[in-house]
Amino acid sequence: MIRFDRVAKRYPSGREALSELSLEVAPGEMVFLTGHSGAGKSTALKLIALIERPTRGQITVDGRSIAGIGRRGIAGYRRNIGMVFQDHKLLHDRPIWDNVALPLVILGTPRREIDRRVRASLDQVGLLGREKSVPIELSTGEQQRVGIARAIVGKPPIVIADEPTGNLDPGLALEIMRLFRRFNEVGVTVVIASHDLNLIEQIGVRRIALVDGRLAGESVE
Amino acid sequence: MNESAIRGGEKRGFGARVSGWFERHLQTLVASLGRLARAPFGTALTVGVIGIALALPASLGVLVTNARALSGGWEHALDLTLYLKPSLPDHDAAQLLEHVAARPDVATARLVSATEGLAEFRRWSGLGSALDALKDNPLPAAIVVRPRFVADAGDAGALASLADALRAMPGVDQVQLDTEWARRFTAILDALRRVVTMLAVALAVAVLLVVGNTIRLDIDTRRVEIEVTKLVGGSDGFVRRPFLYGGFWYGLGGGLIAWLLVEALVLALAGPVGRISAAYGSTFTLATPDLAEALGLVGGGALLGWIGAFVSATRHLRAIEPGAES
Repeated sequence: MIRFDRVAKRYPSGREALSELSLEVAPGEMVFLTGHSGAGKSTALKLIALIERPTRGQITVDGRSIAGIGRRGIAGYRRNIGMVFQDHKLLHDRPIWDNVALPLVILGTPRREIDRRVRASLDQVGLLGREKSVPIELSTGEQQRVGIARAIVGKPPIVIADEPTGNLDPGLALEIMRLFRRFNEVGVTVVIASHDLNLIEQIGVRRIALVDGRLAGESVE
Repeated sequence: MNESAIRGGEKRGFGARVSGWFERHLQTLVASLGRLARAPFGTALTVGVIGIALALPASLGVLVTNARALSGGWEHALDLTLYLKPSLPDHDAAQLLEHVAARPDVATARLVSATEGLAEFRRWSGLGSALDALKDNPLPAAIVVRPRFVADAGDAGALASLADALRAMPGVDQVQLDTEWARRFTAILDALRRVVTMLAVALAVAVLLVVGNTIRLDIDTRRVEIEVTKLVGGSDGFVRRPFLYGGFWYGLGGGLIAWLLVEALVLALAGPVGRISAAYGSTFTLATPDLAEALGLVGGGALLGWIGAFVSATRHLRAIEPGAES
């Protein structure tokens, strides 16, 4: 589903975040990208989401090289990728409903359909009934779950998450990871960047370890 | 996973897509109005500036239009009056009229006999009873000539040579060519109209800049929202849409204000102008913009707002991309 072929990324500052990285994620697979801060996990996810472009190498998603996707194509491409961020990236002046509905509003989904799917998404993350709250009224864990609901509401085939449990206590973190696992079990390809090895071990999926932007090892559970 | 795992978008029927399109645009239209209403002071400021900028050329335009309407009634001022020698017999006067009327550069010619001339003078001068005191009619017969090129205010030479030719005719005592001032007035109006046009262009540009700058600030304050929207798959067009409608509302509001200002100006001038024209024995009144002109003003404002927003949003939204090094 996702393939990196000798991918390198050098930022304008000169820092080489990724070097000669090759990896492959199968359709319907769930993998963790692990490594210390600065190992290149976030960069790898940004390359998948076309937030950044690789300096060298090729990235293939769903059999298609994404280097050929131009400015105008990015939006359409991103609709197939649900993104979850460490800082949630919620719109704080909008209720939860609006936040979760955003991807569907962009697609031009009919209002009634949006409402149905927003509630279904919130139900999956255990926040049904909080549609009218604003993000500030929610705990950090709940805000992250809103971010996840937004990522899955468009039923994307791929979900990527960058340190989704970074700010959560271990109990909440495990709960969030299990949530991702459940989406994965219904066929969604999931790639999660996380440095929390203890947590990752409890989920039991393949780990891809990065050190200084290079592949340092893989483990299959 | 099958090939269609990555989808281009929702597959729906044409009708559903069209109605969905309308629904989305209507929603954005209303939402952007609501957003402006939530910042009433800033919105009022922008709309007010646009309104005043549009009202300037619009009110000048209305005044010039009115002045033209006024001068349109002065077509007869371009007429030539041939005063005939008092000794000329009626029969010769009729013959002279035929000659004059036959000229190719004469549109119409009309004989005003001495008696008719006196009656007309009595009517216009208000000296009725004083004129009764006169034993003889002091007025000569006259031929009023309307030149054929009257519409062309610049054709002074042709008019002058016509006057010369008529003056040379036997039986003509005097030719009065009282057109200079009317032509000057028309020329001044033409110059003013040009000023109005240039002013309108300059202030339209000003409106574009005002809207563009306001939209730029709006974009700055909504930077996070724009980034997030782009991250979850919002296209440039989708992100831009609310700003375009914002510009539309700014322009529409400004156009309405401009229209009200013009109406207020005409209303304020109506009294004094009425008194002036009454003093000249005229029934002239200032005309307010008609419906088409008002719609043009408001619609033009809305269009300018939309264009200003389009240029600004297209330019500034491009610069907002999520990501960068972190």
